[in-house]
Amino acid sequence: MAISSDPQAIANAEKIILPGVGAFDHAMRKLREGQLLAAIERRVLRDGAPLLGLCLGAQLLTKESEEGKERGLGWVDAITVRFDPSKAVERLAIPHMGWSDVRTARAHPLLATEEIEPRFYFAHSYHIRCNDPELTIGTARHGYEFAAAIASANVAGVQFHPEKSHVFGLRLLRNFSEMASERDTVISA
Amino acid sequence: MKRIRVIPVLLLKNGDLVKTVRFEDPTYIGDPINAVRIFNDKRVDELILLDIGVKSGGERSEDRLLSEIASEAFMPVAFGGGIDNLSQVEKILKLGVEKIVINSAAAENTDLISVIARQFGSQSVVISIDVRRKRLGSYRVFTSNGKKDTGSDPVAYAKRMADAGAGEILLTSIAHEGTGCGYDLKVIRAVADAVSVPIIANGGASSVADFVAAVGTGHASAVAASSMFVFQGRHRAVLISFPDDALLKQELYSIAN
Repeated sequence: MAISSDPQAIANAEKIILPGVGAFDHAMRKLREGQLLAAIERRVLRDGAPLLGLCLGAQLLTKESEEGKERGLGWVDAITVRFDPSKAVERLAIPHMGWSDVRTARAHPLLATEEIEPRFYFAHSYHIRCNDPELTIGTARHGYEFAAAIASANVAGVQFHPEKSHVFGLRLLRNFSEMASERDTVISA
Repeated sequence: MKRIRVIPVLLLKNGDLVKTVRFEDPTYIGDPINAVRIFNDKRVDELILLDIGVKSGGERSEDRLLSEIASEAFMPVAFGGGIDNLSQVEKILKLGVEKIVINSAAAENTDLISVIARQFGSQSVVISIDVRRKRLGSYRVFTSNGKKDTGSDPVAYAKRMADAGAGEILLTSIAHEGTGCGYDLKVIRAVADAVSVPIIANGGASSVADFVAAVGTGHASAVAASSMFVFQGRHRAVLISFPDDALLKQELYSIAN
């Protein structure tokens, strides 16, 4: 495993994790600078390498975000919206900060676990809203139910931080590392 | 199920783990890395580390300590102590720490909060507000380890910080800190009701019942404690502990679900 922003390294990567902290526009601009995005696209869209977006990295997979003006990658039929306090029954603190249980919405190898109540660490003011309900594989609740994990063919994203979620997150990262490259089911973007 | 964060606050001084009472008399407790390891094994929600030995703008020597802690901790870590400029923030976040805690510098330079929030996101900025009650019952914000009276009212001050881009507020009652006499619920509630960002109650907890009061009565989003997790019994023997998940579920999470 390596942490890299080198297009050459990404061109040879078996699997790719797209992390992300900070603002949507800043991250999209960084990706579009240089050859980075082109390298990721070749690997993921052409070769079918599995990609996992984390937090903002998951939001970047959507078409657009209420946080910014830049176009998203648009690899999944979803958009990113700000938490809407008017949809919540209780008073909603924003950002959503802390641990929430993630409920499986659709069985997927990424969320496989023996834990009874898998919980993950969240820190976000925006969340993904799927136009295609089939995309959502896991949900969490903050005022209302939202998509905490999405997947479409070889591309997946989680709104939480598995790298900061104790054994629950380690298991998810292991699940991802065991996902096979799927040349037959590459997302069409 | 909604979970309420229970956050140990660890105080550092010259690389040692220490504990104070009402911000005074730091007592040596042990090795911070060891403590982080134990809290990690206990699957705590989050950790807040505050270096109380660094003055604003002073030299810091904990880079190695922080990167070691960040690589040990499979949970979010927040770090603060004398942070007053963007390059420090960038350096500390690069070490693998999730959140920066800012106290004194926020009072002097509120723009710094906005700049950090824009660049790294609000979720990475925790504003620490230390409060003390004046004789006539009103509250004031103090900075510089509780030594400097800013003259500001905590509610107005917290609003200003939230507007500037603070992602959450760590609200500490100086008079309660280290005493185990319970949180100062009045000020916690006043601040929590005035801002939409999460409030972390701190100072005075000695039991899960105190956590329940901070959330139920004080409207805090999360609770922090220190002595409760590092001392044991009447003679304050050093022993790191953390309430187990079943107890928190039964007593604390139940009030939010």
